[in-house]
Amino acid sequence: MTITLTVNGRNRTLDVEPDTPLLWVLRDTLGLTGTKFGCGIAACGACTVHLDGRAVRTCTLPVSAAEGLAITTIEGLAQDGKLHEVQQAWIEHEVPQCGYCQSGMIMAVSALLEQRPDPTDEQIDAAVTNICRCGTFVRVRRAIHAVAEKTVAKDQEARHG
Amino acid sequence: MGKWTRRAFIGAGSLVGGGFVLGVAGVTFAPGRHGLVSDDAAAKGQLTTWITVTPDNFVQILVPHCEMGQGSQTALAMMAAEEMEAAWELVRIEEAPALDEYANGYLLRAFTGDSMPPPLGRAIDYGAYRLARWFGLQVTGGSMAVRGTGFGMCVAGAAAREMLLAAAAERFGVPAAECRAELSHVGHAASGQRASFGELARAATAVPVPSHPALKDPDTYTIRRTARARFDIPPKVDGSTGYGIDFSLPGMLHAAVDIAPVQGGRLVSVDAGPAEAMPGVRQVVQLDEAVAVIADSYWQARQALGRLSPVYDDAGHGDVSSASIFAAFDAALGAPPEMPAEAAQVVTADYRVPFLAHATMEPMVCTARVENDRAEVWAGTQDPLNARSTAAGALGLDAGQVHLTNLPLGGGYGRRLPFTFDYVDLGVRIARAVSPAPVKTVWSRENDIQHDYYRPAAMSRFAGALDAGGRPLAVASHYAGGGNGEAVYMPYAIADKRNDGRDAPHHIRLGEWRSVLNSQHGFFKESFIDELAHAAGKDPYRFRRDLLGDQPRFRAALERAAAMADWDGPLPAGEGRGIAVCQSFGSIVALVAHVAVAPDGRLRVRHVAAAVDCGDVVNTDTAAAQIEGGVIFGLSAALVGEITIAGGRVVESNFRDHQMIRMADAPDVSVEFIRSNAWLGGLGEPGVPPVAPAVTNAVFAATGIRVRDLPIRNQDLSRA
Repeated sequence: MTITLTVNGRNRTLDVEPDTPLLWVLRDTLGLTGTKFGCGIAACGACTVHLDGRAVRTCTLPVSAAEGLAITTIEGLAQDGKLHEVQQAWIEHEVPQCGYCQSGMIMAVSALLEQRPDPTDEQIDAAVTNICRCGTFVRVRRAIHAVAEKTVAKDQEARHG
Repeated sequence: MGKWTRRAFIGAGSLVGGGFVLGVAGVTFAPGRHGLVSDDAAAKGQLTTWITVTPDNFVQILVPHCEMGQGSQTALAMMAAEEMEAAWELVRIEEAPALDEYANGYLLRAFTGDSMPPPLGRAIDYGAYRLARWFGLQVTGGSMAVRGTGFGMCVAGAAAREMLLAAAAERFGVPAAECRAELSHVGHAASGQRASFGELARAATAVPVPSHPALKDPDTYTIRRTARARFDIPPKVDGSTGYGIDFSLPGMLHAAVDIAPVQGGRLVSVDAGPAEAMPGVRQVVQLDEAVAVIADSYWQARQALGRLSPVYDDAGHGDVSSASIFAAFDAALGAPPEMPAEAAQVVTADYRVPFLAHATMEPMVCTARVENDRAEVWAGTQDPLNARSTAAGALGLDAGQVHLTNLPLGGGYGRRLPFTFDYVDLGVRIARAVSPAPVKTVWSRENDIQHDYYRPAAMSRFAGALDAGGRPLAVASHYAGGGNGEAVYMPYAIADKRNDGRDAPHHIRLGEWRSVLNSQHGFFKESFIDELAHAAGKDPYRFRRDLLGDQPRFRAALERAAAMADWDGPLPAGEGRGIAVCQSFGSIVALVAHVAVAPDGRLRVRHVAAAVDCGDVVNTDTAAAQIEGGVIFGLSAALVGEITIAGGRVVESNFRDHQMIRMADAPDVSVEFIRSNAWLGGLGEPGVPPVAPAVTNAVFAATGIRVRDLPIRNQDLSRA
């Protein structure tokens, strides 16, 4: 059946079964392989994308449920050729090791920071439940706080400037 | 540094367009035995490339190890670039192809003659044992890349520098001793002449290859001992790294597979009809031990596979359970080891650890195209050479008829090592069934959890004797589930130390899991020494330290970790610190874990301090990341990790019932390095072994509850 998706700002009309998980449509139909398959039961977060800005796990989400929503994948996170601040922080703090989970991790973190620009550790723990088997959590937390600090500093500058 | 001989092993040549190639002349391994068949390979023109200088002044370094995020490709390039005096921003790296000429033993042996660097030859060093076993393979494992291959990289870099200096001296008309290499240029201060490596490259190829290039004084390092950004990170933050699962070919089909749940089991029957009726399905493939559905998309294949009800036999293992395996261990261990009659106090304890899965975040994936007498394979492996021969063996071809492209790995930890390439074996057999179409076989997470090569479950029965003053007289163990010299080694000055491995075989497939046998024995021995300390009424840190008088490296690491964690600092009720120190893969890691146990038993590891002696550090930030990752990996095993067996098969199947820790459970980890200048040790694995004992020792300090069976979550830590 024909379905129209808005992926990274572009409308894409596709012929797929409506119950196909969005993950496999992104990866196999659209060739957006940055979004990863990890478990198939929405337990690990490797398949996280943004739907209207919210972090959503796509390995169990029927593609039909994403129709009409703005889908952003890791490939669409950079704007105008400039990496997202979370991506920049990930490079600066050398967060990724094998890197396989990091697309999902970055999508989860960028959605969190959109809602809460300066999250507490508890808020981070609650919002970022992705599995990273290489054990990069120490740096994930460090990088989140670094981004938050910059945001807070910028806000203060704007207020006092 | 030791001496290296065999001038013939280093050779140089010119690139089309005027570049420079420094290579290691070929040593060919005879198939089936790892003996040298040629040691005049340079004369025969067998030259493989390690360092290339291009006319536009880039230095390209070819690295014979895969990248799993452990950073060894970058670290190896740093070692070569340092000796070469290359400007780091002009260095590029490339992974060596899966060809015999790039086998591991090759580079090391080429530069060291017949003698291994001493630390690599030590019987105690399991990494070296594995190196020997893997000689002729192209392995990334055993925490070996930097400490093994790195030495060859240093020599290659130094030889290249000397040749470039000689070429510059000739060009400038000055003595070579007055020239200086710096930042990819050679300069002559007195005359003000200067040329880039690229400009000198062609002339350098004509310079005789130095047999004993001088290595730099480590105090003059400008690249090593600094933090250099890993080459592999930028494409990992925008989704562009192409892992094995991301690979595709035009016309490629997709396969989903179901495998006999009991290892060794065979497919008895399956009615293919329900799958064949599903959309997109091309074929149902029946194999000895599995059934695969081939479809136009992976989701279609997976859905159709779900419609099948294959029947398998259990290979006679249907009665095996975790309980039966541990009962057999228990029986094999027998009575506790005997202790000296003069002991004032004898302490005994049993410890158990379960099977564990690697659970790489990227499941096993293999893409293959089989056509008549040749095959192409694309997969992420920790040893492309053995993966290639696995594929060849499965298809009845010679290795030379198989071309394997290694792709970035979404995690390894030992799962993708030689002799555990079932996913390649299965992938090429599926591809043969749909020949000549290419097919990508993607394992489900359930396939992965239930068909791993598991970290061996193990059990150890300890006894220790103390004299009237609380000094240990003897410590001994019987263990089942595997062990070796390095894993069971205790550094403590105790006159009577004994170990005895007992056999209690079972059918569960075993493999090498990050730190191999050290993860089990690190827990056993560092728990028991802690129990002895408490029995002696002594502080567990000082008890250990007093027994390390003739082990300065162990002692220094232990002291540093204790200082980092403020060992004697006061803590609230319900909190405690635990300490452990282990050596593995040539590195010593001491940890202090700080835990808090709530009255209801909830355990939280607040902080882990790690003091690491790996000799010297090449890339400082990456080195710390490896220890941080090792600590988290070890924590998952200590707190929640467990694979159980029932009915002969693995019970757990996905991340719902096979747990790993996440952000909320991850403590802050501090890492400090001690520069002992011992031969470089590994970093990928040595962070793991001391984690579980540091945590359980801390739990004891906090609660008085001694955890002797992992994972800790199986034990009630609540206090009434």
